Amino acid sequence: MNKNNSKEYDVIIIGGGVTGAGTARDCAMRGLSVLLVERHDFATGATGRNHGLLHSGARYAVTDPESASECIKENMTLRRIANHCVEENNGLFVTLPEDDLAFQSQFVDACKTAGIGTEILDPDFARRLEPSVNPNLKGAVKVPDGSVDPFRLTMSNMLDAKIHGAELLTQHEVTDVICEQNRAIGVELFNHAKNEKVKYYAKIIVNAGGIWGHHIASLAGININMFPAKGSLLIFGHRVNKMVLNRCRKPANADILVPGDTICLIGTTSERVPYDQIDNMFVSQADVDVLIREGVKLSPSLATTRILRAYAGVRPLVAADNDPTGRNISRGIVLLDHQERDGLSGFITITGGKLMTYRLMAEEATNLVCKKLAVDKQCETAEKALPGSEKSDLSLDNATDKIYSGMSIAQKSAKDRHGTLAKNIAVGDSNDDSLVCECEGVSIGEVKYAIKELHVNNLIDLRRRTRVGMGTCQGELCACRAAGLLCESLEEPGEAKDDLANFLQERWKGMSPIAWGDTINEVQFTSWIYEGIYGLKPDNN
Amino acid sequence: MKKEIFEPFNVSDNNFEQCVKCTICTVYCPVLEVNPDYPGPKQSGPDGERLRLKDASFYDEALKLCLNCKRCEVACPHGVKIGDIIQLARIKYSKKKPKVRDMILANTDIVGTMASTFAPIVNPIVALKPVRRIMDSVLKIDHHRIFPKYAGLRFESWYRRYAEKKQNDFKKHVSYFHGCYVNYNFPQLGKDLIKIMNACGYGVHLLEKEKCCGVALISNGLIKQATKQALHNVEAFKKSIVDKNMPVISTSSTCIFTIRDEYPHLLGIKNDEIRDESELATRFLYRLIDSGKLKLVFKKNYKKRIAYHTPCHMEKLGWSIYSTSLLRMIPGVDFMALESLCCGIAGTYGFKKENYETSQGVGKPLFEQIESSKADFVATDCETCKWQIEMSTSLKVQHPISILAEALDVEATMKLWNA
Repeated sequence: MNKNNSKEYDVIIIGGGVTGAGTARDCAMRGLSVLLVERHDFATGATGRNHGLLHSGARYAVTDPESASECIKENMTLRRIANHCVEENNGLFVTLPEDDLAFQSQFVDACKTAGIGTEILDPDFARRLEPSVNPNLKGAVKVPDGSVDPFRLTMSNMLDAKIHGAELLTQHEVTDVICEQNRAIGVELFNHAKNEKVKYYAKIIVNAGGIWGHHIASLAGININMFPAKGSLLIFGHRVNKMVLNRCRKPANADILVPGDTICLIGTTSERVPYDQIDNMFVSQADVDVLIREGVKLSPSLATTRILRAYAGVRPLVAADNDPTGRNISRGIVLLDHQERDGLSGFITITGGKLMTYRLMAEEATNLVCKKLAVDKQCETAEKALPGSEKSDLSLDNATDKIYSGMSIAQKSAKDRHGTLAKNIAVGDSNDDSLVCECEGVSIGEVKYAIKELHVNNLIDLRRRTRVGMGTCQGELCACRAAGLLCESLEEPGEAKDDLANFLQERWKGMSPIAWGDTINEVQFTSWIYEGIYGLKPDNN
Repeated sequence: MKKEIFEPFNVSDNNFEQCVKCTICTVYCPVLEVNPDYPGPKQSGPDGERLRLKDASFYDEALKLCLNCKRCEVACPHGVKIGDIIQLARIKYSKKKPKVRDMILANTDIVGTMASTFAPIVNPIVALKPVRRIMDSVLKIDHHRIFPKYAGLRFESWYRRYAEKKQNDFKKHVSYFHGCYVNYNFPQLGKDLIKIMNACGYGVHLLEKEKCCGVALISNGLIKQATKQALHNVEAFKKSIVDKNMPVISTSSTCIFTIRDEYPHLLGIKNDEIRDESELATRFLYRLIDSGKLKLVFKKNYKKRIAYHTPCHMEKLGWSIYSTSLLRMIPGVDFMALESLCCGIAGTYGFKKENYETSQGVGKPLFEQIESSKADFVATDCETCKWQIEMSTSLKVQHPISILAEALDVEATMKLWNA
C-alpha cells in the first residue's frame, strides 16, 4: 500500500539522533515547517552508544585544538540550556606511574590555548578529592568535564522541536530519496509499524543519519567516504567515581571512566569495521579484556565492581574529500552542500562531529538550510533553555518541592530525569507512586507520562525515556510491570508478549559478553521468571 | 612455582552488588508489614545504596524505621548485609542530630549509674502515670512504656562484695560480660550465671572495667561515643582472652552480637582476636556438654511448660539452638518453640513515641501466639524482648540461664565437677 502526502515541508530531517534532533529544533525555532524521520527510535545510533561524557575539550587539546575549543564552548552552553541532562562532576586527568609527567605541562598549555580552565592538583589532594583514583598517581589536573545523558538531551531537543511545530516520525525508514532532475524533492519511507510505504516532500532534505548517512546519500546517488570505527564500553553496576577520570596522555584505549546517573562506564576501544557490519555491533572478549585491564589502572576498585553490560557504538568518521584512502580523518564537523559538491540541490549532509558539538552542527546545518530558503533568522538554540531546563527564577526548587509533598525516591529520580517537566508526572496517589523499576526509581506515574508524552512505541523506547530496566536487575522485575502498563495503553496483548521477549533479548545481548559471577546469577534468575514461570520463549518474536 | 591465590571477584562492600533483587528480604521484614512508610530492606539497602552513591540526597529519613532486626540478612540467599547497609547509611547520611531523648535512651551506662544510685526514688517516679505522660509529651517516650526497674545494689558492687573472693578457688575460669541490664536492672541473672558456672567448676571473673556494648548508641547515631566504648571493650576482651586465656561469656544476645558483628561491620573495629572466644553462656555450656566435658544434674521436682521466643539477634547469630537444647535437657520441662518472629521492641526503638504503633504492630502475631501457648512463662535470651513481652502479654519472661539455675541440682552437679 502506498500513501502520498501532498503537504510539502520546508525541510525533512533524516535521522533521530542528537544531531537530527538539534537540527529539527533549530529549524523549527526559526519558523520552518519540519518533519523528522527515524527508522527505529530516537538516540538509537551513535548518540546512545557512547560515554555520555560532557567533554571539556581537554582530551583533544593537544591533538586537535579546533575540536577542543568547540567542545569547551558547547560544554558551557549545555550547562546553561540543558541543565537537567548534565551533571557538573568535573574531571581529573591523572598521570600514572607508567605515564610521562612531562606531558602534563604540554597538556595544560594546550588547554589554556583552547580556553579550557585547568588546575594542577597535588596527588595527595587528588586522592582526597576522588578516593577511587589509582593511589599511585604522580599528577592530576582538574578540568571542567562532566556527564551528559544523551537520551535525555535528544528527547529534550525533540520536545522543543515539537513545541515549535515540528512533526516527528519514528519507525520510518528511508528507502529512497526522491529526485527530480538535479533536485531532491522528497523521501520514500517504510513505516515499520504499519508495514506500508509512504512518501513525504520538502524543499530541503537534511541527511543527519550519522554513519548511516553514507547509505542515505547513496540513495540520492551520492558518495560520502565514511570510515566506521567501533568503540566498546563497559557499564558498571554502580558509581565508583564522582569525577570523570582520564589519563593524562595522548588519547588511547579505555582511558576514560565517566560517572553517569546511577552507574559508571569505562571506554573505549577503537577498531575499524567494514561498513556492512555497522548494524551488527558486538563486543568481543578481547574488547572486554582490554577495557578491564586498562580501567583498573585508572580506578583499582573496578576490579571488584560488578559489570552490568557491554556495548559498542560506531563513530561516524568522514574522510576528507581529497583523501579517499581515509588516512586523514577528522573528528570535526562535516557539513556537505551537495549542490556545490555533487550538483544535487535540495540535499545536504551534516555528519562527523561528536555528541558535544551536536548543537553547533545543527546550527551550521540550519544556517545553510535558511540560506537556501532565503530565511533570515538568527539561531537562538544557544540562549534558549531546553524543555525541562527552564529557569524561571531562583524559586525553581521551591516550586517543584511544593508539588512534591515528600521527596520519595521515585519523585527525586523523576526530577533528575525530566527536570522541570517532572511536574507533569502524576504523584500523590499510591498507585501512581508505586515503583515499576525499583533499581532506578521509575514510578507508574512516570511510565504513564512517558507513554503519553514522549513518543514511546515499545518497551525499549520506554527504557530510553525513563531508565526502566537499566538498573542492576536489567529488567528482571520491571519488564513485566512495564509491559502491563504499555499493554493497557498501546498494545494488543499478543504484540506485548513479543515486545517483552524483544526487550529481554536486548538486555541479554548487552550482558552476554560479561556474563559471569553475579551477572550470570541474575540472568539465570530472570530466565526462571520469564521462561519458567511466564512461559515466554526466546523465539517468541 | 608461585602459588596462585584466588580472591573473590566482584565482591563489593557489604556484598551490596550481590543482590539479585529476589525480594525475599522484603517478605521477611517485620516493619514493612505494619508500616507502609518504610521502603523495605531491598529498597533501603542495596537499591537505595546505588542511588545514594549517585547523590547523597537520596537518603531517606524513613530508614530510621528499620528495627535493625537483621531478619533480612538471615533471609538473603546471597549473603548481602542488608541491615548493615541500612545502618551505615543512617550513620553516614542522616543529618538529623540525636535528640535529648535519644541520648537518654542510648546512654544505658550513665543513666543506669545515676538511676540505680537513686533506685528507691527513681523506680516509683518513672512508673507514675503523670510522669509517663510528661515523658511522653516532652521527651516523646511513649507513655505506654514502663521503664525497667533499677536495682538498688548494682551487680558489679554485689560481685565485689559477695562473690569475687571465692572465684579463685576454681580450676577453670571464664570472664563474664554482664552488660547494662544485669548491672543496673536485674543483677539476679548475673547471680544465677555465677551459681551455674561455679557448680560446673568454673570461676567467674569480671572484665577490666567493662563498658556498655554501645548497641543503643549505634542505633541512635552516637557513633563517636560508640566507637570509643567499643575500642575500650575490645581491649578489655583481649586482656581476658589473649593474655589470660579466659573466654568471655555473656547472658545478653544483643550485647554479644554487637561485639562480635556490629563492631567490625558498622564501626570498622577489628575484633578477629577475640571474636571466636566471645559467646553466649548457653552456647558455652552446651558445647561443653556436647563434647562430653560437662554434665548437669537437675532437680527431680521441677515441672514447667516453657515457650521459647527467638530474639532477632539470636536468629542472626544462629544460636537459639544452644539455649533451647539446654532447656530441653531439664527433665520436667514441657518445651514449645514459638515461631521465630520479631517482638517489635528492638532496644530503644519501641520506647520512642513515633514508633510505638509500629512496634506493637510488629509484635502482635507473637503476642497472640504467646497468649494461646498455655505456657507457665516465656523464655528468651534478650532483655528488651522480655520487657516487650511482659508489657504486651499476660505472661512473665525468664532467661534460660535463670531457668537452668532454678532447675539445677547445684550440690549434685558440684560434686561431679569440683572434685
